[in-house]
Amino acid sequence: MEKSFTNKNDYWAANLKLVASLLLIWFFVSFGCGILFADYLDQFTFFGFKLGFWFAQQGSIYVFVILIFIYIHKMQKLDQKFKNSNDKGN
Amino acid sequence: MSVQALTYIFVGITFALYITIAIRSRAGSTSEFYIAGKGVNPIANGMATAADWMSAASFISMAGLISFLGRDGSVYLMGWTGGYVLLALLLAPYLRKFGQFTVPDFIGTRYYSSLARLVAVICLIIVSFTYVAGQMRGVGIVFSRFLEVDIEIGVVIGMGIVFFYAVLGGMKGITYTQVAQYCVLIFAYLVPAIFISILITGNPIPQFGFGDRIIDQDIYLLEKLDLIMTDIGFEPYTNGLKETIDVFCITAALMLGTAGLPHVIVRFFTVPDVASARRSAGYALIFIAILYTTAPAVSSFARYNLLESTHDVSYQQAPQWFKNWEDIGLIAWRDKNNDGLIQHAPGNAFDPIKPKYLDSSGDFGERVIANNSPPKSRNEVYIDRDIMVLANPEIAELPAWVIALVAAGALAAALSTAAGLLLVISTSVSHDLIKKTLATNISEKKELMYARFSVFIAVIIAGLFGIYPPGFVAQVVAFAFGLAAATLFPAILLGIFTKVINKEGAISGMIAGLIFTLGYILYFKFMHPDLNSSSNWLWGISPEGIGTIGMLINIFVSIIVSSMTKQTPDEIRDLVDQIRQP
Repeated sequence: MEKSFTNKNDYWAANLKLVASLLLIWFFVSFGCGILFADYLDQFTFFGFKLGFWFAQQGSIYVFVILIFIYIHKMQKLDQKFKNSNDKGN
Repeated sequence: MSVQALTYIFVGITFALYITIAIRSRAGSTSEFYIAGKGVNPIANGMATAADWMSAASFISMAGLISFLGRDGSVYLMGWTGGYVLLALLLAPYLRKFGQFTVPDFIGTRYYSSLARLVAVICLIIVSFTYVAGQMRGVGIVFSRFLEVDIEIGVVIGMGIVFFYAVLGGMKGITYTQVAQYCVLIFAYLVPAIFISILITGNPIPQFGFGDRIIDQDIYLLEKLDLIMTDIGFEPYTNGLKETIDVFCITAALMLGTAGLPHVIVRFFTVPDVASARRSAGYALIFIAILYTTAPAVSSFARYNLLESTHDVSYQQAPQWFKNWEDIGLIAWRDKNNDGLIQHAPGNAFDPIKPKYLDSSGDFGERVIANNSPPKSRNEVYIDRDIMVLANPEIAELPAWVIALVAAGALAAALSTAAGLLLVISTSVSHDLIKKTLATNISEKKELMYARFSVFIAVIIAGLFGIYPPGFVAQVVAFAFGLAAATLFPAILLGIFTKVINKEGAISGMIAGLIFTLGYILYFKFMHPDLNSSSNWLWGISPEGIGTIGMLINIFVSIIVSSMTKQTPDEIRDLVDQIRQP
């Protein structure tokens, strides 16, 4: 069972955790795969692209879009939970 | 029908459309004028944000820039999209929850100080004006090439249109016009890209096409492009030349700057609630990504086509577009080795870089130029990078209507961004400066009048920049991001995610970030351009990327100063708590 929210601090903590993990992925695909380890990834071929090059010019952008939509979805659930626990009189 | 007639028709139809929309969505109150009455649907707002964001630089210049930079061009692709993740996760929902009109509103209230507001207004105006000047230049290029009117007249027509719907409709008019402009510009970008992708690789999706094999050849396009370029003496297209730390910092500065650009942030004030603010950031990035994932495909197709159709080709047999753009003054050729053939090679072909045409023609009918030939380079051709997207349909021999469509799309991109920028400039003047600082007791009607009047002034100034472009405009646009990253972004971020940063901290942080970043840029770009190379830069970071360091300085100074000065008042702590709840 997921624990219910006791107060606004729990909501904020859950929010921070979500944002931090999404930003970790954000950093990994763009600065990581697209820049820092791009040279290493270039030895692999992906649909005719060198993999590091693909991450820098295509892949990272697709991941960015996905990240925002994961955030939208998760936050909607979080908002709902926060609202419900508040309605219960916490 | 000729290209020119078709261009007139396309541009005429789209302009009529924008004006009709503007008349139908007039603004009646300051809330409608500043933030469209908070009634914009998230998908429509996503489109408007995308059109607002994708400027003449994205539409006209970016693919051309990447075309010449190859791998290093990735900084623009990641930098100008990755910032939306920061915006969606860190800023947009909270600023919407705060729920006033402008970015200085937030900074002024959160840091309980009209000085903080004023510093924010100054940063905003510097950032926005450098940006808007570039748009007017884009309008000028399109008019002069495709409609064959003088650049000045082109700029005046563009100004007239923007003025009309910005003054009349405010944010409401601009938003709905931008929705239409997004549709025009994305269609105009995709059609030639799809055509060219099919022509070269047989794959109708450009995003996959540029990773595909060339038609009738057993070699991947990018492999072939690498081979051709190495043959001529260039580095391979898919290899980078820039230092990793510089690529890292430029990408970061562009991302952080994107998240701190006032004309983008203000978009998220226009939606009904916090959830819609998150959703519209998501939609905006989808709409932007459609263009930004197509652009690198266009870049590599364009570079391939350019080299295939002009390298080692005699000038007399060069394609017509080569001569058309030479006539406009954006291409120049000098036969350095006297073989009558056009040759591309690394390095600048001429010194100074931009051609100075003399009034005569050479042995092959080319325009003679007065520039010196740098002894180090065998390169014979000057090509303005801005023309790659505009010339692409001609280079690929696409039908005339596609060329006309691209012209209309480029205008849509330039006008939509210019309108958005002019609006935030005028809002910050009428709302932050006049209403909140100078004359706090004016009525709403009067404030609306001031708002319209400031748009008028801003349009005139922007137009003057377009007609008399200061030589540094194109360079400065890239620096607008560095400045936004070093000033506004950290102030907003710290305002939401910490309670301890107080007004002294925020103000000194913004000022430190501004002075450091601006100083570094001015030093290398304007005072000592001769020293502008990686051996002299701080840790190998170019002026384009220095905003990242400026941001760190801003945060560092804010924390230190806040820890030494008085605590933030309780009501501000409550305000932060309130912003953090949905």
